[in-house]
Amino acid sequence: MYLKNALRAATALTFVATAAAQAQSITIATVNNGDMIRMQGYTDKFTEATGIDVEWVTLEENVLRQRVTTDITTKGGQFDIMTIGMYETPIWGANGWLVPLEGLSAEYDVDDILPAMRNGLSNDGTLYAAPFYGESSMIMYRTDLMEKAGLEMPKAPTWQFIREAAAAMTDRDNDINGICLRGKAGWGEGGAFITVTGNSFGARWFDEDWKPQFDQPEWNEALTFFVEMMAESGPAGYATNGFNENLSLFQQGKCGMWIDATVAASFVTNPNDSTVADKVGFALAPNSEGIDKRSNWLWAWALAIPAGTQQEAAAKQFIEWATSKDYIELVAENEGWANVPPGARTSLYENPEYQKVPFAKMTLDSILSADPNDPTVQPVPYVGIQFAAIPEFAGIATQVSQEFSAVYAGQQTVEEALEKAQTFTAEEMEAAGY
Amino acid sequence: MATQHSRSVARLMMAPAVILLLGWMLVPLTMTLYFSFKKYLPLRGGDLGWVGLDNYIRFVSSSSFWPAVQATLVIVGGVLVITVVLGILLAMLLDQPMWGQGVVRILVIAPFFVMPTVSALVWKNMFMDPVNGLLAHLWRFFGAEPISWLSEASMTSIIMIVSWQWLPFATLILLTAIQSLDSEQLEAAEMDGAPPLKRFYHIILPHLSRAITIVILIQTIFLLSIFAEIFVTTGGAFGTRTLTYLIFQRVLESQNVGLGSAGGVYAIILANIVAIFLMRIVGKNLDA
Amino acid sequence: MARAVTPRRKSLNTALAWAVGLLIFFPILWTILTSFKTEAQAIASPPLFLNFNWTLENYAIVQERSDYMRFLWNSVIIAGGSTVLGVIIAVPAAWAMAFVPSKRTKDILLWMLSTKMLPAVGVLYPIYLLFIRLGLLDTRGGLVVVLMLINLPIIVWMLYTYFREIPGEILEAARMDGATLKEEILHILTPMAVPGIASTVLLNFILAWNEAFWTLNLTAVDAAPLTAFIASYSSPEGLFFAKLSAASTMAIAPILILGWFSQKQLVRGLTFGAVK
Repeated sequence: MYLKNALRAATALTFVATAAAQAQSITIATVNNGDMIRMQGYTDKFTEATGIDVEWVTLEENVLRQRVTTDITTKGGQFDIMTIGMYETPIWGANGWLVPLEGLSAEYDVDDILPAMRNGLSNDGTLYAAPFYGESSMIMYRTDLMEKAGLEMPKAPTWQFIREAAAAMTDRDNDINGICLRGKAGWGEGGAFITVTGNSFGARWFDEDWKPQFDQPEWNEALTFFVEMMAESGPAGYATNGFNENLSLFQQGKCGMWIDATVAASFVTNPNDSTVADKVGFALAPNSEGIDKRSNWLWAWALAIPAGTQQEAAAKQFIEWATSKDYIELVAENEGWANVPPGARTSLYENPEYQKVPFAKMTLDSILSADPNDPTVQPVPYVGIQFAAIPEFAGIATQVSQEFSAVYAGQQTVEEALEKAQTFTAEEMEAAGY
Repeated sequence: MATQHSRSVARLMMAPAVILLLGWMLVPLTMTLYFSFKKYLPLRGGDLGWVGLDNYIRFVSSSSFWPAVQATLVIVGGVLVITVVLGILLAMLLDQPMWGQGVVRILVIAPFFVMPTVSALVWKNMFMDPVNGLLAHLWRFFGAEPISWLSEASMTSIIMIVSWQWLPFATLILLTAIQSLDSEQLEAAEMDGAPPLKRFYHIILPHLSRAITIVILIQTIFLLSIFAEIFVTTGGAFGTRTLTYLIFQRVLESQNVGLGSAGGVYAIILANIVAIFLMRIVGKNLDA
Repeated sequence: MARAVTPRRKSLNTALAWAVGLLIFFPILWTILTSFKTEAQAIASPPLFLNFNWTLENYAIVQERSDYMRFLWNSVIIAGGSTVLGVIIAVPAAWAMAFVPSKRTKDILLWMLSTKMLPAVGVLYPIYLLFIRLGLLDTRGGLVVVLMLINLPIIVWMLYTYFREIPGEILEAARMDGATLKEEILHILTPMAVPGIASTVLLNFILAWNEAFWTLNLTAVDAAPLTAFIASYSSPEGLFFAKLSAASTMAIAPILILGWFSQKQLVRGLTFGAVK
């Protein structure tokens, strides 16, 4: 009898132990950018506090997308948390592939998340991913070079001014390019940039019947302007430059202006990495004269839980930790306010300490001026600024941006590229059944 | 020579390998064929029913199809030409008496050990980067404007990277073949006063023909499916979208599994056309 | 080999061969050197060759971010496992093809090679679904099997060509002496085929080690090898040449060292029947 009870107790204990052991490890797929890597460094604190182990699968952005998309569409169940963006979240949420982020704790204060971010990461009013950081895009420029050129950057410049300033700042002999912009193929790279540029010239991807619009004059104008400006003042080989390449150029002092993600502000003003840290000014992303849409986008890298995970509770716990106000403070304490993940929470921008950060206000203004529900001059059937939130977009936009990159590399003309883009997009949309 | 008994034993011995490979070929092939007749869009709910030959027609009639076939053939052909020609020259050089032959051989075969992802990353960033790349420094040193390799000379760059990886393989096989050449025959020819070029054409090249076909066959098999080198460097832009890469874009970027599977079937057909063509040649050479 | 040449010609050969060898090796050398520089030195203009302050900090950063040993161990298990399994399955098949050839032997051999031409991307979905069904995702076992199947045709072919070089008379003589099949394989064939098997093993270990599509797409944590390790270093923010070089060096060093130590075996055996 005694023995039997002891055995039973032992079995029960083992059971509890295994259950606990199972509940104690979550796997997170994430992208290899600076903020995410910094978070990995702080994971120990989370494990200490909760007893939950965290396994990281850190991948380059394109590899990550390929990996998590395969897993979510086949219900592979390899990850308990996936790092995804504003493009994927509403589509996956609508398919029922993500666990709704409901019933979050009071101190997490979900209402503190910036409304623009919350909307972008929701489907039908349900939040499916919590923003780790959010971004828009803005102009970062060298105050010293601007001064030398005898110009002054307005708070909200036009493309025409930017082009003029870029030409004035360019100094080929000293390896200074007036302007550095993304030309790299890929929908999230050069594709995103040329799309918002298009918006600010009055162009759009589709009309209300989902007909591609590359045969319209606005696209021609936008692309021609971009190519001409880059030929005058851009760096050599910009057709393969993406975010990272431009960041590195700017940090080395080789760019007069750079229009890109607001998160870059903390990297270009960090004296450890940047040779121009104390000479950077900020301004709103430009528009073309007479167009009331600016070329700034809206994006967030966010954490989401795939439906069907065994570790839902632990995963939720992690997301609450990683996207909390406390985490922001933890980073601020250790690395200074300039390095906290930006763009996710209202309270951060109300914090007087953070308001001292030079780029805080411009970042917030840029985010607030971006509206995914009304991205273009003419009406469109899609949601999203630098993308259209339909499943086919990533594939189409990647190929379209490849055609554009070929223009940047001088391999074809603007007209040829637009014609190919039009044909190809029409084919794909027809194949998808629009 | 072989008895009935030994024949059945032989069959038994081949069975595991044959059955496994048959399975490896048939299971994915059947599934690919199955998907290729379906409208299968994972992001739109998955299986949306049978569509007959739609995917097949759409894949070939797409404006990207023929350029992709062409890009595939250019890359495979370019790499083959470079590795075979340079391989022969290098093998002949390494066959000469010299000091430190072992070390030189080690240096020459090293690229073969480097994983494709790493070699693509290293070439792309540290050599071909138009600003900080070593080639850009070199160009500037000679007063030239640095080249944006991966955009302006995209095909050349990829062929260069892949050739660098495969040159050691070609060299090694050709070297073994050259070393087996009867040196007396060569010396005799030398005595007869045959000029070097003539010796090369009449003695060395015929002797190498078998090794060359084998290099071509094996490399073609691997080259038809190169992926990492393109994914890392150009992402399929600047005319470097091969058939394999086009399928990748259909399946993973556009999330159209049906269309991608039809592309997969085409790729298998293309591979087999090339294979039959090659095997005709190799088969003849193997018998000879 | 030992042809007599003038010292002058030998010097010329040596100089030329070394120049070419160093040129081919240079990208690897440059990567290794860069891995010991700071990020700023890595992009210095003009480039620094040896005159920089050697540092190990990049290795420390990489190690802190990812547990190198775990990736390395997975690579060893997966590449080793698939090679061993492949050889075990291929030896009997190659033996049968070489010594009991039939009219169809060559067709079978060529058919086997043609299975290698299946484009991996095209069958990612089917295989992924199959792996989920079988519970093989992110397991080393699953990868061992897949890589074995991918390389099996090459293994069979290599072994076949070695076995064919073994003169049939030896076998006949052994059979006359009443040797059984088992004895024939164990005592006569195997010793003669060892160099061939060794180079087959080496080549396939290298191919499996460097395979970067399946190893990346079918793993997450538990089975992730070095190809997945390198996928997190391809384009971080800011300056990254030095860190990329350190990660690259770590990913290729083990196989490079193995390759160099065993290059004699590899070279001797790597003929694919190119030599008669």
